[in-house]
Amino acid sequence: MADQFDEATRKELANFVQAEQAQAHLTAQIHSLTSMCWDKCITSNPSSRFARGEESCLANCVERFLDTSLYMVKQIQEQRDRAQLSR
Amino acid sequence: MSSFFGSSSSTPSPAPDMASRRQAFMDTYRQEMALTNAQELMNKCNEKCFAKCVTKPGGSLSGSEQSCLSNCLQRYMEAFNIVSKTYIARVQKERISPELA
Repeated sequence: MADQFDEATRKELANFVQAEQAQAHLTAQIHSLTSMCWDKCITSNPSSRFARGEESCLANCVERFLDTSLYMVKQIQEQRDRAQLSR
Repeated sequence: MSSFFGSSSSTPSPAPDMASRRQAFMDTYRQEMALTNAQELMNKCNEKCFAKCVTKPGGSLSGSEQSCLSNCLQRYMEAFNIVSKTYIARVQKERISPELA
């Protein structure tokens, strides 16, 4: 690919690939969240529509998972700060 | 992003064959991504719906198993869309107010 494109095009393609990879990362996270939240929320036998509460459970599941990950980061930071203070 | 039609005057627009190679590269890349995405979704549907619908594998797929599978497939796709919408909305919100992080 290196000699197929001039400098400007190479740069443009590098940016393109970077943007696509960010998109792919997002999609991978959505796949993994869907899998996890499906297991947590979908308890009924699949029918022609979601059972009561399943839809809102899916949305809540995503929100609470993200809350959890923010909370965990904060906890780790606080632990680290406390350790530094008592040193 | 530079103009798709290469109208910018500061840089000479790439030679036509290079422009078409560039476009081909982007198209192929996007197709590969879409394929990977579809395969992942398919694999997940298979796994989740097999687990839910075929609890005691028999000599063949029964009628009720088949209708469960087709409902499950629809529901999984719907779940994917709900998760996707919620996740993207959240990511955008956090970006506007990053003090939450």
